[in-house]
Amino acid sequence: MSLSIRDQQQDASRIRRRIVAAGVLCIVGVAGLMTQMVRLQVVDHHHYATLSQENRIKVNPIPPSRGQILDRNGNILAENRPSYQLVATPERIPDIETMLDEVGEIIELTDAQRDGFLNRLNNSRHFEALPLRTRLDEEEVAQLAVHRHRFPGLEVDARLVRHYPQGQTGSHAVGYVGRITAQDLRRIDRSAYRGTNHIGKSGVEHAYEQVLHGEVGVERVETNAAGRVLRTLDRHPPRSGDDLILTLDIDLQEAAERALGDHRGAVVALDPDSGDILAMASQPDYDPNMFVGGMSRERFQELEDTGWQPLINRPIRGLYPPASTIKPFVGLAALEHDVIRPDTEVHCDGTYHVEGRDEPFRCWRDWGHGETDFVQGVAESCNVFFYDTAFRLGIDRMSEFLEPFGFGTPTRVDTSGERSGILPNRDWKRRALGGGWYHGETVLTGIGLGYFSTTPLQLARATAILANQGRIVEPRLVQAIRDGEAEHTTRTAASTPQERIELNDPAHWELTTEAMRAAVEHPRGTARLIGDDLDYSLAGKTGTAQVTESREDDDEKVPEHLRSHALFIGFAPAEDPEIVVVVVVENAEGGGGAAAAPVARAVTDVWVRDDPSFLEDLEAGRIDESEVEDEEDAPMELMP
Amino acid sequence: MNTSALPGSRGVGVRLSFLQSRLHLDGLLLTALFAVAAFGVAVLYSAFGEDWDQTRNQVIRVSFGFLALFACAQIPPRTLRRWAPWVFGVGMALLAAVMVTGVIGQGAQRWIDLGFMRFQPAELMKLALPLMLAWLLADHDIPPRPRRVMLALVLIAVPVALIAIQPDLGTALLVAASGFFILFLAGLGWRWILGGTALAGAAAPLLWFFVMHDYQRARVLTFLNPENDPLGAGYHIIQSKIAIGSGGLFGKGWLNGSQAHLEFIPERHTDFVLAVVAEEFGLMGVAQLLAVYLIIVGRGLYIAACAQDNFSRLLAGSISLTFFIYVLVNAGMVSGLLPVVGLPLPLVSYGGSSLVTIMAAFGILMAIHTHRRLWS
Repeated sequence: MSLSIRDQQQDASRIRRRIVAAGVLCIVGVAGLMTQMVRLQVVDHHHYATLSQENRIKVNPIPPSRGQILDRNGNILAENRPSYQLVATPERIPDIETMLDEVGEIIELTDAQRDGFLNRLNNSRHFEALPLRTRLDEEEVAQLAVHRHRFPGLEVDARLVRHYPQGQTGSHAVGYVGRITAQDLRRIDRSAYRGTNHIGKSGVEHAYEQVLHGEVGVERVETNAAGRVLRTLDRHPPRSGDDLILTLDIDLQEAAERALGDHRGAVVALDPDSGDILAMASQPDYDPNMFVGGMSRERFQELEDTGWQPLINRPIRGLYPPASTIKPFVGLAALEHDVIRPDTEVHCDGTYHVEGRDEPFRCWRDWGHGETDFVQGVAESCNVFFYDTAFRLGIDRMSEFLEPFGFGTPTRVDTSGERSGILPNRDWKRRALGGGWYHGETVLTGIGLGYFSTTPLQLARATAILANQGRIVEPRLVQAIRDGEAEHTTRTAASTPQERIELNDPAHWELTTEAMRAAVEHPRGTARLIGDDLDYSLAGKTGTAQVTESREDDDEKVPEHLRSHALFIGFAPAEDPEIVVVVVVENAEGGGGAAAAPVARAVTDVWVRDDPSFLEDLEAGRIDESEVEDEEDAPMELMP
Repeated sequence: MNTSALPGSRGVGVRLSFLQSRLHLDGLLLTALFAVAAFGVAVLYSAFGEDWDQTRNQVIRVSFGFLALFACAQIPPRTLRRWAPWVFGVGMALLAAVMVTGVIGQGAQRWIDLGFMRFQPAELMKLALPLMLAWLLADHDIPPRPRRVMLALVLIAVPVALIAIQPDLGTALLVAASGFFILFLAGLGWRWILGGTALAGAAAPLLWFFVMHDYQRARVLTFLNPENDPLGAGYHIIQSKIAIGSGGLFGKGWLNGSQAHLEFIPERHTDFVLAVVAEEFGLMGVAQLLAVYLIIVGRGLYIAACAQDNFSRLLAGSISLTFFIYVLVNAGMVSGLLPVVGLPLPLVSYGGSSLVTIMAAFGILMAIHTHRRLWS
């Protein structure tokens, strides 16, 4: 339809009339709004100002109580304890200096606490209640209650504070909570954390934060003019966080930590059947309670200054070359690929030559092991046997076989901060370092050195698969989550996959176990120190990873941080394994057989026989370590 | 600033400033929008308890809004007109899709998850419906014939019903308003308007019993008598009025509102942000804010009056009036004049999607003003 100019003119003026009418209506609307505003803000201002002054109804968040953490037998690892603190709302206090002086007469208030409060005052948000004194005792609470009419704007705040009754025992596995920092605020839902001051920072406290935290509640309270709560009007209670039941056995954990003693290192004990982590020790350790109240800068510096990183959870974050502990796995690979047979012998004269290299690789025993087969090679940890085996197996088949055991990939254990380690192969080297693969590197990988690195937990998992004759387990730290409200409902947290590593000849599993038993039980086994008066069967393998390239003849002269790491992997009883143990002792005064194996034996004794006598002997220094010769896995140079 | 011709002076050359002819922006409107948005950021900073991190989010959203405005201002109204039925069709399809696949957001089905962001089809409908109706009525008789009015009413009713059952009463109300404004501006007879109002009055009981959710009924009851339930639903209105009233003539000062900072004001950074304004800046602050809103609406209506064809006139008028309804309903709700329907205060309340829609609408308004032909 086409319209004439005349029609368009008419349309335009019609619409314009309506626009004007709408404009008038808008002005009427705003006038109506302004009338209401004038009524509220001018006419009734006094009324509302009074209401505001003594606004009686306030909505407060109620923080939920954090879930407890228990060990597998119900021992408490983390709980909440009531604690009182004095908080002040600056806007409600007539004169802060006077208030501080007067409060100082009633309860103890150090200059540092005063300064700290004044400092917070400058950085605070308006109308925020600031802590003035924490950890008031009952007496002080009572004193303040008597005098509270003198101090508007002051309140005693009762809250639950995290407490770790076991102290340092199991500290790395459990982790700790600390004050919510600006960094934490960026990744959490603020409204869910209203009223909450602490958040999990490490260990399961961090990994299971969501489960432990619970849901914030709300209460409506009636307050007086000073903001003090007179009574609660109604309440939407918070939902407590769920409790975690860990797989840890705190007694075994303690045994593992005592067995390590003052040595830096890690112990992991697994139940090979379920993947339950029974113990996870990391030395040096720390007291998690230090973090709850907030740690001073000096105290933190003190921890850092030791240089040994006590906060690092070594079982999952420490990377070590597996060294000779890889030999059973490499041997198994070679058996499977028919590179060796059970009776294949290699002659060890102490050296091994690789094409293209002038310097030979050496066995730790300068004069060699003579004719050596697989069982003897594992038991006596003969390097030449495994140089030769690895060389003939080749890096591709070796790394392909080792991969399903979990080397080079995270175990996906349910706690934070795990590292993945390195399973060296051609692909990895091209990506990480560039360049081709050398025969010498294959040979070194065959004895767990070179680029190879694992976490103690990875080694434990691989050992558990060996103990299970191929059944794969996933390590886990949390066994069940218990509903914080209705205590009886329990559900399991993780399920173990039923995957297996299938061998062409299952008899090779038994042969490998036999070889590892020989390492402990045979008179020439590298772990024979712990084989005495053993009334159950223990399969094990020692390892020693040199830290420096040059080899000193006398250990005494080597500075501590350049001494070798001692390793041990094992499981017991060998026929029907109940426990897998991995021990790493950093910069040990001896090899795997002398420094690491006794720690493992102390742990298996406690678990299998409930017998602490070996542990006590070890602690008392009654285990004579000098009778074992020091194997040294690394030949002169680490790298070709 | 503005040098355009007087309304009605047809055939006289339209003179455009550089800002208008090159960037297709309108200086007065842009300045007023920017002033309100900047003021809004300052108020939010206070409402968030001086938390810059969250305030920064709003700054980012406002920036996005201005980008949307700039983009929409570049589209000539003729193009928009061609797109109108398609935009409406897509909007309807998305509304239907939200019923089928919508994920639950805030207890109501309102969103479509695009993977990288959540999209609210109801927001698109705020623009699509007036576009469609302006397209429908522009080329025909003004005022429209009854058959066309009926068709328009159906086009309004369907999307509004779909939005209302999501349930999002506030948005449904706005979408309906944007459609009725087109009809109103097109010269719908007063008999129609009065008759419709009477019909709506009669339908209210039906709405009450068969359509409204419990919480919506509670809001209406609370509105009628907030003191009845001071701790339940009435709490919002009572606390809001206390905050506003205690602000007095000049307010308690920026960052000094005790009601806001002690968290007495509910939803103080979203729907009830005006209570924070009133408490901290007093009657003077509220009056100035409303004055700027009025300038924005007035400028919008002026642009509608200057427009060169019916489509542009109707669209520009509807956009301006819908914006005004936003302000009126929100301020009325916060000050206790209207029931709580959950509409943000435009350009001030914290929140992204409605902000972007509003800015896009003002972009269209500017496009209408600055794409006028110089001679006609």
